[in-house]
Amino acid sequence: MSGFIIEILQVMMLIGLAPMFSGWVKMLKCWSQGRSSASILQPYRDLAKLFSKDVILAENASWIFRFTPYLVFSTAVLAGGIIPMLSTDLPLSLTADVIVLVALFAIARFFTALAGMDIGTAFGGMGSSREMMIASLAEPAMLMAIFTVSLACGSTSLSRIVEVIYSPASIVKPSLVFAFIAFVLIALTETGRIPVDNPATHLELTMIHEAMILEYSGRHLALIEWAGMMKLFLFMAIGAALFAPWGIAYAGAPGSIPLAFGYLILKIGASGIVLVLIETGLAKMRLFRLTEFLGAAFLMATLGMLSFFILE
Amino acid sequence: MNLQTVAHINSFLAAFVLLTAFGMLVQKRIYSLIHLFAWQGLFLSISTAIVGYVAGRHHLYISSILTLSLKVILLPYILHVLIVRLKIRKEVETIINIPMTMLIGIALVIFSYHLTAPVRELSTLITRSTLAVALATVMIGLLMMITRRHAVTQIIGFLAMENGLFFAATSATYGMPLVVELGVALDILIAAFIFGIFFFHIHTTFDSLDVEQMARLKEGD
Repeated sequence: MSGFIIEILQVMMLIGLAPMFSGWVKMLKCWSQGRSSASILQPYRDLAKLFSKDVILAENASWIFRFTPYLVFSTAVLAGGIIPMLSTDLPLSLTADVIVLVALFAIARFFTALAGMDIGTAFGGMGSSREMMIASLAEPAMLMAIFTVSLACGSTSLSRIVEVIYSPASIVKPSLVFAFIAFVLIALTETGRIPVDNPATHLELTMIHEAMILEYSGRHLALIEWAGMMKLFLFMAIGAALFAPWGIAYAGAPGSIPLAFGYLILKIGASGIVLVLIETGLAKMRLFRLTEFLGAAFLMATLGMLSFFILE
Repeated sequence: MNLQTVAHINSFLAAFVLLTAFGMLVQKRIYSLIHLFAWQGLFLSISTAIVGYVAGRHHLYISSILTLSLKVILLPYILHVLIVRLKIRKEVETIINIPMTMLIGIALVIFSYHLTAPVRELSTLITRSTLAVALATVMIGLLMMITRRHAVTQIIGFLAMENGLFFAATSATYGMPLVVELGVALDILIAAFIFGIFFFHIHTTFDSLDVEQMARLKEGD
């Protein structure tokens, strides 16, 4: 029973804290570029503003266009129930493993791409086509990285992986190092950060994710923006859970949840700093160089898998 | 240091050697290529020193120091000077595109893993598992020589191959006799000088280090 309470707590935390994390990243980014920043709470105000506005729908918008924001939002929430952020004692984690997690992100992406094309504007279609091109390269790399970690831990369940890596007997392995590098590259891609996509731009030639959701307004846009923030938070949480699982509470120890929460805030905050360092240090890549970027991610993941067989 | 830790550190170093080999395979900029080569040499020399310490073969220290001075300092320096003198600024051109080269490289690693599997079964050394990595490094160096057009890059591929061979020798048999290793080191050094002279000649004759140019050897067309 306590598992379900933790589950709900975790999802509430994800929904509540994701905008703040997004604000934190924006704040750090402003500082690193020598600008004065908006408050860390600004994303909440943006969301509230969007929710209070009317939705303007194109005349030829179909049900897909109206349905997509809710689907994208709910897949992000569901993903928050699978990833062991606070505790490994998650009832949902037993039914859904890490491959399901990838599939959840894939469903959200598929529907966003469809919605981008639904209205029939040029930008939406362009964004969708770019997004699908990137997805076709990023997903094999993501699965490969996940398989590497699963092989090293002997399970595809995220909770089980965290338990194995967190156990005192575990040591740093070459395969996990490679998988981690691959994961960082993929996380940058999946969450649409520089060098793959620039979340802050509406410049026609470079936008990818923004191009797909250009036609959204009001609460639809708010849900999609919120889901985007949650996705960023989730990827940081997956990284923290898989490669730095210190402090996550075990099953049967609900007392250590507050401690786990503190650790999580620290880890996510630190990962925000790393993210900003990467983003300020790199320039956005040309679209056609992304094959090399994601090829490198795939290579890292595969090398991780090979070094598991060869060296361990 | 107990054996377990040493084997662990050594497998990390092997992984990094493999990583730098792949890095060189896909790297387009020639300066970064030389840096990667120097890193590979560094990992190699640390690995050799560690194996020497564990196995009690003290001549491995000498080969470790040789590797350090030759492959980490001297050869990259010579290549660097060559590039500055010849004013090579262009990005390196590849014959096959980079993702394809990566995939071939991965296939080569799998191939060498299968090839060395019987040796692994027979050997009792703690470094036996790195033999596959060593063979893969040799093959990736060879692949680099095949897929690149630029003479300097091909030479770096050749030197990377030699790194792989050296690594294979330490991981399969705890190193060759010292005389052999000294000879090889000297050979590499001499080869680097001869390559340098050749580069100058190719450059003055063809005005480029692209080896494709050498296909037309007839005069006056």
